Order: sequence, then structure tokens, then C-alpha cells
Amino acid sequence: MLTLQFLPYHEMSSLSAASKINKILNLVKENKIVLMEGRLEPLEETDLIQRTMEGISKSFKGIELCTIYPEAKNEKLMKKAIRNMFNKILGNRQGLTVIGPATIIKEIKKDPNKIQLLTNNRAMRKRRRKK
Amino acid sequence: MIKIIRNFIKRIFHQIFQGKKHIRLGLYGPPNAGKTTLANRISLDWLGEEVGKVSKVPHETREIMVKEKIIIESKEGKKISFNLVDTPGIATKIDYEDFLKFKMNKKDAKKRAKEATKGVIEAIKWLDNMDAVIVVLDSTLNPYSQVNLTIIGNLAAREIPVLVVANKIDLKKSKIKKVENAFPQYDVVGVSAEKGHNIEEFYESLFRVVK
Repeated sequence: MLTLQFLPYHEMSSLSAASKINKILNLVKENKIVLMEGRLEPLEETDLIQRTMEGISKSFKGIELCTIYPEAKNEKLMKKAIRNMFNKILGNRQGLTVIGPATIIKEIKKDPNKIQLLTNNRAMRKRRRKK
Repeated sequence: MIKIIRNFIKRIFHQIFQGKKHIRLGLYGPPNAGKTTLANRISLDWLGEEVGKVSKVPHETREIMVKEKIIIESKEGKKISFNLVDTPGIATKIDYEDFLKFKMNKKDAKKRAKEATKGVIEAIKWLDNMDAVIVVLDSTLNPYSQVNLTIIGNLAAREIPVLVVANKIDLKKSKIKKVENAFPQYDVVGVSAEKGHNIEEFYESLFRVVK
């Protein structure tokens, strides 16, 4: 059985970068697939990779991560500036981030606005057998 | 945020007081994209010596390797002098079992995995020290992988000039257009670092990015 855990924007926006990463990694280490409203900042993403690498062990092989962020093509400069301003004031909750354990998610295929999750059936079977 | 401001001030200071005569040029990308092959190509072309060993097994480069004082010259006589920094491939997962497929024994595979995780951490730490970066991607693979987007997003946030290299254009599955569509705001040049295809255009693009 796959567990999807939703992390709404209001729950994450008040957290520091380190707390956000802790929260995500703790959930992923419980073999949950995290669906986060919005996205991490680029520097938070590298911090997440760094922390993931520090935590690699026999049972934790890393993460699969994917962000879908709708960016309008050929958007006029003025419209873009207004959107950026609103994002600054209200917080940027656009997009969706999917993060899961590499033992369960074999691959995330992204083709700009579409995500395909390929799960690792062998690992899933192993987990079922343990239960 | 503090990191970005510090880096920006450092670069401005560097430009004003030292001029951009000697820079640190990083090679970043996912594992097995051909970073070391390209580093070897550049270093062989201008210094006559290689930077590091290449292999089909992922994470062959597990430590930062620096080749100092490479000076390249354009057709118009412009010169760039740089230290070339070849970095370990950035990945979000490392499983020693993946190395067993390459006929490696368990002990060596575990050792390689451990070193590879350290290599990824080192590569990320070195991002702050770069003046310009060549992002090397395998043009036969989907360019929208999160590692690619994270690396390029980070460089953009740090305001570091980027040249995207779509490597392995000699292979049938290579799709440079897809790489160009994925990163329309960047200079993208297709090369085969192994065969030396399009290397002249690569150097010209490098001159455009590192002004």
C-alpha cells in the first residue's frame, strides 16, 4: 500500500528551511510519498539533496523529487511583474512538489506539466511480505 | 538569501578590483553525463594532459578535481584563463546495489556508494566558489529531471553565468532540441566530448557566457 501525505502551503510557509527539510525527510523515511503544495526555493532543494546524502543508510537509499511549476509561455513583462509581486506578498503557492523514498519510487518522469511515478514493485512486495 | 548576497558582493568586488582575468569554471551535472570526458577534452586541447579517469559505471568522479591555469584563446584572439573544476555527479539517490550490475563486488560497491554520497555533498558546497558553470547533460535523456532543474535553478539564484552542454550528440537517441526547449533562457551547445564533435562551437559559446 502506498501512503500519500499532503503538506499544504500554510503548514510549510511558516517553517524555516531546515525545519521544512526535516519534516519532508522524516515523512519520506517513513516510506510516505509527500505531495507538497508549492515548491522549495532552489537553495532549499540543494540543502534537501545534501541532507539526503548525509542520511543515506542501509534502509534509506535516497529520494526521488519532482516539481511541477506552471510557467506561462510568452507572458507579458507587466503581467509577470504583477504575478511576482502577488507571490511576494501572499506567498508562492503555485506548483506541486512530489518527494518520495527511492526504495519505493523507481523513477519520476516529468514532461513539463505531467508527472509519471514509476514504483519499484520489488520493494513494495518486500514491504508487503514483512507486514 | 545571505549566501546569494555574499556571493554577489564577492563577484562585484572581484570584477572591480581584479578584473575577470582568472576565473573558476565548474563542470556540473548528473552522474554519467560526461563531465570528466569534457574536462579531459578541454584540458587535452589546451594543456595536453587529462583531468581524470572516465568510466561507464556511475559516480566514477567522487572527489572534486581541479586543473589549474588553463588558458583558451578565441579566433579573434580573446583569452580566458581559468581553473577547471570537475565535480562529482549530483544525484538524489545512491544505492550500492546499482553498482553490482557492473560486476563490482559488494565491498567495493558499498565503498563506492559511500564515497559518492560525500562527493555529492562536496559538489554542492563548491557551488558557492564558482565564477561560471558548464552544466553537462546527457542529450539522450529527458532534460526535465529534477537534478538538472535544481542545479540550474541554484546557479540562477546565485547569479552565476551558465552554459548548458548537451553532450553525446554522436548517439542516435540524442535530442538537442529537447534540451534547448527545457532551458530556453540559456545558451545550449551540443557536443560529443568523447568524439570531439562541435568542440569549436563549444569554445565560442564559452567566450559568450564568460565575458
